[in-house]
Order: sequence, then C-alpha cells, then structure tokens
Amino acid sequence: MYNILIGGAAGQGIETTASILEKLLKKSGYNVFTTRDFMSRVRGGHNFSLIRFGTEIVTSHSDRLDGIIALNDETVELHKDKLKDTGFILCDSKLTTADERAIKIDMDAMAKALGNPRVSGSIAVGVILKLFGEQLDHVREIIRTFVKEEYLEINLKAVAEGYDSVEKRFPHLEGKFGDWMILSGSKALALGAIAAGLKFYSAYPMSPATPVMEYLAEKGDESGLVVEQAEDEIAAINMAIGASFAGARAMTGTSGGGFCLMVEALGLSGMAEIPLVAVDVQRPGPTTGLPTRTEQSDLKFVISASQGEFPRMVIALRNHKDSFYQTIRAFELAEKYQIPVILLSDQYLGDASGTVEPFDFSLIKHNQPVSTDVADGEYLRYRFTEDGISPRLIPGKTKNFVAADSDEHDERGWITESGDMRIQMMDKRMKKLEKLKEELQEPEFLGDEACDTLLLGWGSVYGSIAEAVKLLNSTQNGTYGALVFGDIYPLPQKLLKEKALSAKHIINIEQNATGQLADLIREQTGITCTGSILKYDGRQISGEEIVEKIQKGVLS
Amino acid sequence: MSTNSFCTYDTAWCPGCGNFSILECLNKALEELNKDPYEVLMVAGIGQAAKTPQYISANSFCGLHGRALPAAVAAKIANEKLTVIVDTGDGDSYGEGGNHFIHNIRRNVDITHFVHDNQIYGLTKGQASPTSAEGQVTDVQPTGNINTPLNPVLLAIAAGGGFVAKAFSGDKEHLISIMKQAILYNGYALVDILQPCVSFNKVNTFSYYSKRVYRLDDGYDASDKAAAMQKAMEYGDRIPIGVIYQEQKRTFHEKNKVLSGGVPLIDKPADLSTVQRLADEFI
Repeated sequence: MYNILIGGAAGQGIETTASILEKLLKKSGYNVFTTRDFMSRVRGGHNFSLIRFGTEIVTSHSDRLDGIIALNDETVELHKDKLKDTGFILCDSKLTTADERAIKIDMDAMAKALGNPRVSGSIAVGVILKLFGEQLDHVREIIRTFVKEEYLEINLKAVAEGYDSVEKRFPHLEGKFGDWMILSGSKALALGAIAAGLKFYSAYPMSPATPVMEYLAEKGDESGLVVEQAEDEIAAINMAIGASFAGARAMTGTSGGGFCLMVEALGLSGMAEIPLVAVDVQRPGPTTGLPTRTEQSDLKFVISASQGEFPRMVIALRNHKDSFYQTIRAFELAEKYQIPVILLSDQYLGDASGTVEPFDFSLIKHNQPVSTDVADGEYLRYRFTEDGISPRLIPGKTKNFVAADSDEHDERGWITESGDMRIQMMDKRMKKLEKLKEELQEPEFLGDEACDTLLLGWGSVYGSIAEAVKLLNSTQNGTYGALVFGDIYPLPQKLLKEKALSAKHIINIEQNATGQLADLIREQTGITCTGSILKYDGRQISGEEIVEKIQKGVLS
Repeated sequence: MSTNSFCTYDTAWCPGCGNFSILECLNKALEELNKDPYEVLMVAGIGQAAKTPQYISANSFCGLHGRALPAAVAAKIANEKLTVIVDTGDGDSYGEGGNHFIHNIRRNVDITHFVHDNQIYGLTKGQASPTSAEGQVTDVQPTGNINTPLNPVLLAIAAGGGFVAKAFSGDKEHLISIMKQAILYNGYALVDILQPCVSFNKVNTFSYYSKRVYRLDDGYDASDKAAAMQKAMEYGDRIPIGVIYQEQKRTFHEKNKVLSGGVPLIDKPADLSTVQRLADEFI
C-alpha cells in the first residue's frame, strides 16, 4: 500500500491535483482513499490531502508517508518526520529544503516555458505517475473532466514532461478496482438521496455540509429536484417539512450549529408525523468551533434535540457505502414510520474520497407510494391503529382533508386539550418505535469472533477501527474484535450484549471528549466500557494511532 | 357539503373578534372563486389568527410559531396545483417570522398571505406586537411601547413585493374583493388586514378604524411604485385600504428550471436512468 501527501497553501491547487491523481490511480486498478485536511480560509495557510492506495480495500488514512508533494517549504517542515526513509519529497527547485529525499524539479519554469504557469500541478501529476510505474493511458480522459477544452492539450503536455523528467521508483501493483467508483462521502449521500427519489432539498450553507447542497444543486435540473438555499436553517427545515407534507420526498442538511436552529422543527416532524430526513455533517463545536475539521460530538444532542418526547431515528454513516445505501433507507424509514430520521456524517467522511463497488440500483424501491388505505368511514389523518402508523394522504390528491398540527390534536388533526386524548396520541406516536426496533440493523462486527478485547465505535471511525483490529490481531498479543454502530438510536442491543458478555476489555473509540456512545450504551444496557480512546483535536484518529494507544495501555 | 362550499367549524375566539369577519370573508372569497376545498391548503403558525386553518373546511397545516411561510412556499413548490394561503397574525408574520417575511417576498412563490393585523399579541394575552403604536401601554410595556411600529406594507413594497394590499375587517365587501384579487394574483400576495382586538387592544378599536379608513378610489394608480410608497406611509387620521401596489413579476415556478414546465414536482416520474448516469460519472 502507498501513501502520498500533497500540501501547500490554500489556493495553490492542492484539491485539483489530488482529485486528478486519485481518479487516475483508481482507474489503474488501485483502491484509493483520500482525506482532506484544510483550514478555514480561502488563500494561504496550510492545507493538505493524503492519498492512500493499494490493492486491497483501503478504509482510512495513515500517517506514514511514501511521498510528499510539497508546494511550499512549510509542507516539507510540517510533514518530513512522517516520511519513510525510502520516501521522496517532490518539489520545485526553488524550495530551500536540503533533505536528501527531495526530488527537485524545475516545475514552475517548465510550466512557464509551456506557456501557462498554472500547469505545474499537471507536471507533478506526471512525475507521480512515473515514480509509481503507471502508464499514461487514462490521462486524457480524466484531465478532460477537470479543465476546459482549450487548456487540455497544454495540460497533457505538462503531464508528459513531468513523466519524462524522472525514473520509475515503485513497482506498479495490479489491483481490481478500475471499474469501481471513487467519490466523497457527501457526494455518496447526495447520490443516495437522488436515488431515493429526493424532490426537494433546502439548506443554508455551512461547512462541512455544503458539498451535499453543491452536488444536489449541480445535478438538480437533470434529476428533477428543487434545491433551495434558505434564509436560515429554521426556514430550511420548515421548508423540507412543508414539501414533505405536500408529498415530495424532502431533505435538509447542515452541521451542528445549524442543527441547533432546526431543533424545534425536528419536533414538528415528530408531532405532526411528517416524514423528514435531516443530515448533520458534524464538525467540532461548541458554537463555531473548528469549522473545517472533524468530530463526532453531536450524538447526544441529536438523540434528544427538541422539547418533549417523540419517536425519531438516528443513523451514523460509517463509510461511503453507508452514505449511499443508508440515505436511501433513511427516506424509506422516515416515510414508513412518518418520523424524522437523522443521518450523522462528519467532515472526515463527508470530504474523504473512498473507492466503492458500483451501487446496485436494483435494490431501490423507488418512490414508495404513500398509503391510500383510509379505512372505513371518515378519513382520519391521525387514526389510531395497531402499530401507531396512521394513513397518510397527500393534500390535493384525495377527496379528503389532510391536516397537520403542532398542537396536541385528535384523530382528525384538530387541537385538543383532553387528557385522555393526549395520552392516546402520545402512546400512538411512541408505539411506532416498537415496530421500528424490529428492523434495526445490528452493528458491524470486525475481527476475531472469540475476542478478549472488544472495541466499540460508531460512524466514520469505522475505517480506522477496521484497520486497527487487523493490525492488533496480527501481533499475536491478545485477540481483538470490534462493533461499529451504524443504526445508533434507537440503540440495537442484541449483538452488543452477546459480545460484551465474553469480552474481558471493552474500549470505546470516539472522536469526542466525553465518550458519548459509551454513555448511551451504559444508559440503555448497563454495559460499562473498561477503557476509552477519545480524540477531539479535530483530526481523525488513524488505525495506527489506535494500535499505539492500546499497546501503551488503555486496557489497564 | 357541495364541492366548493367552505364551512366554518366551532371556534375558540372571543365574541366580537375581528377574526370572525375575516374568516367569513375568506370563505366567501374562496366560494366566489369556485375553489375546490380539497385543493386549498391553509397554512399558519401559532397565534389566535393562526387558528383559522382549524376552522375552515380545507386542508390545513398548523406549524410552528413564525414558520408558516417556509412551509407554505415549499408545499406550493411540491404541488403547484394547491391554492396555498397563509392566514395568520402580525406576531407570527412580522415578529417571530420576520426573516421569512422578507425573504419570501424575494422568492415570489405564488401563494397568498393574509395577516390579521390587530397590533397586539392576543394568544399570550396582550403584549406589544411589531405593529403596536409607539406609547401603547401593555402589561409588558407598562410605561408604553418605546419601539417604532413596523410598516409591513411599506416594507413589502421596498423588498420587491408584487402585490401589496391593506384591508379592514370591518369593510367586508371590500375585504372579499381584495382577498379574491390576492388569491388570483400570480405570485406572492400580501394583504395586511386591520382588525380590532376586543380583549387587549383598547386603542385600535372598531370605531377607531371605522372613522379613519377610506377605500382607494378608481383613479389610484397601483403601478406607480414611488406613489405607492407614499401611500403606504399614510397612517393616522386617514388610513387608505385597497391594493397599494401591484406589478407582475416572474414567479419562483417560472424562474426555476425544474418547475417551469408546468408539471407539479410531485407528479414528475422517477427516473433511475439519470441516477445510473450520475453514478457512472464516478467510475
């Protein structure tokens, strides 16, 4: 497996170079995983992307580098300690570094000679392809999707010049992933929503959730969906609820700060029983926090957000596959149970590119029709039924009146202050959870079935935990397994209870400061974690870091 | 009930409230326009006026305080065949929902917005509203309201509203006519309806308004924006009622590529081949 870093200041073209490289490497057969670490600024500062690629499935990033593409001196200083002895630093001759691993090339001068200083990134792409023993087969087809037609030839020339300027250094490894997809978590989520029949998306721009809106806006016209930038997050979620009431599959998305503004309306979705999918792409809080970085600290917030009690579901997205398929499932569950379903992603997963098997569209139940069963007699929007799910009709599509009310209401949807009716309506709504619990998905188990040590995690730490379990079990020092939760509220408990029974050590691994999953598990099951690994510096934990922490003695 | 008759259910308003005549006029306006009650969606937030959707035989959405407009415009975006009417109060529309008021004028979705403007908070028992007069004494403003009242009509014209009207709950014939014009208007239409609150507003009473309001005459040119803004500022001994400003503007549906075809969004067929093509772009 190889791992390269591209670093420089914001505005130097890191993102474009990384995106071209990841696609070329994937086309050549590699499984590629790219993470993006950037500052909250448009120019300057220090940003970098890590591209990790190999012939088996890559689930997370690594801190050990085979190569650095340094667009400035700062990049060399910040990252050279993580570079293997056999690694290289590709940089322009202008850079001052005296590191003996440096490959200095006159990229800027070559670009100028070609007629456009901006093609130096393409020269770097050419150099990398050669160093890793790649061919130039897919270069034209890929670069074409990134540059305007008039700049295509000059960029191809730049790649070729870079390619010819060095000798091959690493062997090409034969992978089988050329036909797989490579996309970011946020794009996978957005594509899942389109596949689920999304018709209306309303949101207010907020990092790191904006890429979801950008993708939907870009593809909105051809997909027949309306994307509206709301005046604030309160409007965004109330719009989504209004559209859903009128029969459109609707979604809203934001990060924690925006979700704070949405909480009252989250309760409206629960109370008025209007299906809603709400996405929270988490970043470190509280308040503005670290806008462009990652954290998993909104779990306890979203499971209890809004006043009063109502049924809801929270699904944590673990990887790119989840981002697509679980988004589709979120729409189906929201519609079936007439509840809000919250999808928890985060900056790490949302911005990282992963390589996934092409999505299987045959599994999609497209646009499930809303119930037309109105039972005998008068249509009652909130009719009492055995499972608590009432017949939902679409206003204007029936010769019945459809009502929605945020006040406590009777079966017709009219205001009531009756104590008996209040209890019946609360019970009816909460009863829906009983049926929902029957179709919860148990957490994914990784590692050794007969593990002494059980690691627990949720959401995007999936990739790092998967790698850590593999590494730990290969050391022959103890046996390790892990449960990583996707469905997280209501909490699926069966597998957890079973595995916890035999484990000597239970360690929660979370990107937050207080161990929110461990709290939830203790509250719901009485199971207590014996140790915990918590990271809240805004940077995702790697598999290697987990291994190191465990070996240093979290197990005490 | 015949298809286009709108009936009123039992209400929880105070006897003598201006809401009764507004509801009566609304029923009349919808009937005279031959609206099918099953294709009418009444939307409100929270407040005394906001109970209106509960009292009329039509589809109803009673959402959160201040948030009627976002829900209403999105319902119209989802299904343009619905006649969407936001019918609620001054606190809901201009106070808690002030931000949505401004931005939905800009959006210009084809909905109608009737504001029962009684210049007081009724449901919470008599505090100042955004339109309460300066100096008005309430339990919460015991030495008098020190804030300048909002002029919603002037604000709506300034923000680019294409149909901005003022009416009075005590002049029913006129109110019905204005309501009909507002519903028929293709775009966002605001009608600020002056209305007495018999329980909490002892200043702006029925006789206070009756003495002051006058109908704009046929010679008034509602298409002159500068004159309309002047007219909107006329408030005191004489208060004009009628369509203060009107202009035809492109609606949200006309401007939006997906919606401009005339097929309601919810009736557009699902197309998995598009999704497949989008997915292939990632290979």
